[in-house]
Amino acid sequence: MRLRNVSMFDLINGSMLTLICLIVLYPLLFVISASISNPAEVLSGNMWLWPVDITWYGYERVFHNSDILTGYVNTILYTAIGTTVNLIMTVLAAYPLARADLPGRNLMMALIVFTMFFGGGLIPTYMVVRDLGMTNTMWALIIPNAVSVYNILIMRTYYQSSIPGEILEAAAIDGSSDFRTLFRIILPLSVPIIAVMVLFYAVGHWNSYFSALIYLTDRELYPLQLFMREILIQGQMEEMVNAADSSHAQTIMDEEAVKYAIIVVANLPIFLLYPFLQKYFVKGIMIGAIKG
Amino acid sequence: MGQSQTAGIEGVALKPIQPTGKKKGKLYLAVKRHWRLYVLIAPVLVYFAVFHYLPMYGVQIAFKDFIGTRGIWGSPWVGMKHFERFFDSFFFWRLLKNTIGISLYELAVGFPIPILLALMVNELRQGAFKRIVQTVTYAPHFLSTVVLVGMVVIFLSPSTGIVNKAIEAFGGEAVYFMTEPAWFKSIYVFSGVWQQMGWSSIIYLAALTSIDPHLHEAARVDGASRLRRIWHINLPGIRPTIVILLILNVGSVMGVGFEKIFLMQNSLNMESSDVISTYVYRSGILGAQYSFSAAVGLFNSVVNFILLISVNRIARRLDQTSLW
Repeated sequence: MRLRNVSMFDLINGSMLTLICLIVLYPLLFVISASISNPAEVLSGNMWLWPVDITWYGYERVFHNSDILTGYVNTILYTAIGTTVNLIMTVLAAYPLARADLPGRNLMMALIVFTMFFGGGLIPTYMVVRDLGMTNTMWALIIPNAVSVYNILIMRTYYQSSIPGEILEAAAIDGSSDFRTLFRIILPLSVPIIAVMVLFYAVGHWNSYFSALIYLTDRELYPLQLFMREILIQGQMEEMVNAADSSHAQTIMDEEAVKYAIIVVANLPIFLLYPFLQKYFVKGIMIGAIKG
Repeated sequence: MGQSQTAGIEGVALKPIQPTGKKKGKLYLAVKRHWRLYVLIAPVLVYFAVFHYLPMYGVQIAFKDFIGTRGIWGSPWVGMKHFERFFDSFFFWRLLKNTIGISLYELAVGFPIPILLALMVNELRQGAFKRIVQTVTYAPHFLSTVVLVGMVVIFLSPSTGIVNKAIEAFGGEAVYFMTEPAWFKSIYVFSGVWQQMGWSSIIYLAALTSIDPHLHEAARVDGASRLRRIWHINLPGIRPTIVILLILNVGSVMGVGFEKIFLMQNSLNMESSDVISTYVYRSGILGAQYSFSAAVGLFNSVVNFILLISVNRIARRLDQTSLW
């Protein structure tokens, strides 16, 4: 009786989770299949799961599109520089704040955490960035987002919980300065958490479009996401608003092919790394949860 | 923790030099000894001063008529003029209704689902299936907002989208999902659930692993079923986590995200898609009405902050759990 009860539970639980997985997976598979299918088949609805009449046409178009190439190069650059700045700033904040013997630590902590809950808002921030002359430069995407409070908290929690105080004391007794302790002891011990931070920040930069939207007007500086917005959303919206106009069938077909291919190309770096990164991401959230 | 011991090293030699003011001397010594730490954190403090506290100071333009040539400081005060204009405007109630409506809808649907998912995944035995479920459900979190909305638009397209193809195949008529105001909020909320449910469940899964297995053993001996144990052990076990996240969510009811709504917005669905943050962007960044938009933004931040503090206080009273 009891055994059957248990297996009944497992059966229902398992099938519901399977269903959830299929719901999550289907749109992703559809995009990948559509990206290598003949656009005519996709548009007519003949392609619904597996690729039909395989073609690399969409990818060819993507790699010949100068906007997309510009965007890709820019995004790689912004992600690399932005993540480096983020990482340095996070360590610079987290290490002193993790030191229980630092006077003023609680005050600094409070000032930093307060910004999580209250801020001047979009317009005053925009005016500061503009007055600093950062608009229309890549620094507008990097400096105003130089560090995330949440990540400072995660890193600080890690330092407090995973690096024994005795090590720091021993280092101090041996005459190691706070700089030396940071570079020789703290940093080598924080490789796992730095990996988590790199991933959090890099994915954030790779996927962000908001700062670019408000601070950049020069198309040469646009990150990939802004070009993708034009291709994926604005084009489609226009088409939907003027739905009656379907005269240029070939153009629509071309656009369709590019759309699926660009989604795959834009997410390729992250999804290639995803299996390796997954455990780090999860670890990062768990460290955050200890505090929460 | 190790203050007394470490203070000894240089402190012994320096103490006699500071004979008066016991407390002051101690602080002075500590600061002197740790000047390097202050050097390290200085750039971070400068960053927060410039990009977070300076805008808070600059928000005074909400009470002024900003004139570019005279700067923030030199522009004339006008009191609550911009706030009054906003409260009286045609947009005010629409913006408020949409902002709160979308948030509450999202909260009602998007908040419980990750908890359920975590409880379900937690019941799986360690193994390949569990790993697959986790890997698959976390994946959409890494799609950018642009890609997510792009996919939604593609799938829901009235002429070429697969959803409408399916509706037509069953004899229905194509639905103009993205341009029909009535559909906006549901599309927003459910695409969000699709993208984030797995990722949001991680924190609950983490909390579930810290539940004492002895509780389950004891309950099993007493003949409690799986469902009963989930209800009486697992759910209470993650209650503090649930409360904290609920505080954060309710506290940001006014702060509904700009990024996704802005991308899903078009001239035909504005009636149900226009929220405070998108309005601030349009009137401020595009329309250059700095003072007015800053006032709208400030109204939003203040309401949000008050909400957060109130919810936090209520939670502390009812549940002894709070953010601070």
